Amino acid sequence: MSGMSGEPGVSLIKAAGLTVRRGAVTVISAVSIAIDPGEIVTIVGPNGSGKSSLVRALIGLEPLTQGAVIRREGLRIGYVPQRLHIDAGLPMTVRRFLSLPRPVSDAEADAALARTGVAALGRQQLSRLSGGQLQRVLLARAILSDPEILILDEPTQGMDQTGSAGFYRLLAELRAETGVAVLLVSHDLHVVMSASDRIICLNGHICCEGAPQVVSAAPEYRALFGLGTGGALALYRHEHDHAHDHEHDHEHDHDRDHGPTDHSHRHHNHEAEDAG
Amino acid sequence: MPDEFLIRAGLAGIGLSVAAGPLGSFVVWRRMAYIGDATAHASILGVALALATSLPIYAGTVTVALAMAFAVTALGGRGHAADTVLGVLAHSALALGLVAVSFVPGLRVDLSAYLFGDVLAVSRYDLIWVWGGSLIILALLAWRWSGLLTATLNEELAQAAGLDPRREKLALVIALALVVAVAIKIVGALLIAALLIIPAATAHNMARSPEAMAAGATGVGIVSVLGGLWGSLRFDTPAGPSIVVAAAFLFVLGLAFGTVRR
Repeated sequence: MSGMSGEPGVSLIKAAGLTVRRGAVTVISAVSIAIDPGEIVTIVGPNGSGKSSLVRALIGLEPLTQGAVIRREGLRIGYVPQRLHIDAGLPMTVRRFLSLPRPVSDAEADAALARTGVAALGRQQLSRLSGGQLQRVLLARAILSDPEILILDEPTQGMDQTGSAGFYRLLAELRAETGVAVLLVSHDLHVVMSASDRIICLNGHICCEGAPQVVSAAPEYRALFGLGTGGALALYRHEHDHAHDHEHDHEHDHDRDHGPTDHSHRHHNHEAEDAG
Repeated sequence: MPDEFLIRAGLAGIGLSVAAGPLGSFVVWRRMAYIGDATAHASILGVALALATSLPIYAGTVTVALAMAFAVTALGGRGHAADTVLGVLAHSALALGLVAVSFVPGLRVDLSAYLFGDVLAVSRYDLIWVWGGSLIILALLAWRWSGLLTATLNEELAQAAGLDPRREKLALVIALALVVAVAIKIVGALLIAALLIIPAATAHNMARSPEAMAAGATGVGIVSVLGGLWGSLRFDTPAGPSIVVAAAFLFVLGLAFGTVRR
């Protein structure tokens, strides 16, 4: 259950016994988690499993019912929200957006855009960007504050696999260059960032966590997930620390929220076992 | 050389546009049009209270508009239930104001001056109010500009940057209450929202940045005021509504221009 790792005091963000309730609904209960400097942590879980609430709680956007979040003093967080609905009524170029709310110089803005691979977009209107372009612009804005941790809520939602792989590769590069920690949220239970140091599976509580088991050798998997992605996508063997009575009778309702994907997930896992 | 009353009317309209441009842009971006309407309608109750207590009209309208603005903020704004409550509050306040005026003993006031404005009767005293109020609104918006824009774009981004979106919203509704008090003499309570929204919507068609849209809205507002005043004299029409008609005309013109350009 415990997400604690590293020595006390060195963690960037540490949460103990987090419980968030909205009305009568318990969104997350007794979640403990710690993110250390330079770490890449991926939180996976089905829709409605409380991933976004957990992230929001870690940043301080979500009122806690119980528990505590300790952020290292003066911690610089680069946050990329789940959805940025750009109202077409608000004219806003990418360049102008980067200066919100803190003004940045043209040189800084250009460098950040170039680093996230969208150097040419400075004069574009935000509302005209594709989903993938917008995520890279949001990432550019996030790195402008020279963050110690990047927190991204489902950044690859709506991207195709090549796009996701490219985005994950970019995050890994950023970590390698600057030592920034990365906390990612994904609803995709079986495809996660291969550079993740830890995967945390959340479904209201922490089901399980650990290093991702990269299945790379078998050609079937390369065909499904690895091909053309430069190895940036990996399979995570989704194992719970408790037994399942029935394949479709999961006590945490993974299946209900995640029907088709979960089928393929299990399917691939079986093949993994066959191939291995 | 135009008559002095006309110069005063023009100056008042320009003063209002200076604040209404940027504020109206936020109203458009945040879809607060109905909140603007509610605040404006409620101000008639303020007029009634001011007349009954012999306080200055501006004091009455500012007070009631502010009370309305705070009530609206407390409701939380965008939800459907809040929308209904807003409608109940706004129209009740308007009706209550109209009824209340008739109870003031010995008073024979033509409320239409407050419902539709009486810009041609603007005094020097009014001018000071209009320009003073507008500059305060402008200063408030300028001070909170970056935070307001960030919170308008995405509340989570604003929160993550250490801003409090509720505070930014509060700044906006206070500005709205002030602009109602400023504008009631010029276009009247019923048409204030029009002067916020129509110039901003017109400017939107040609702006590439929020600042350009705000400045453009002020420009369109000034042209609307001057055009409306001219039309009012030329065709002997009521000034306040004529200003809004001029604004609407510019909006349609802008649409046509935008379509041709595309």
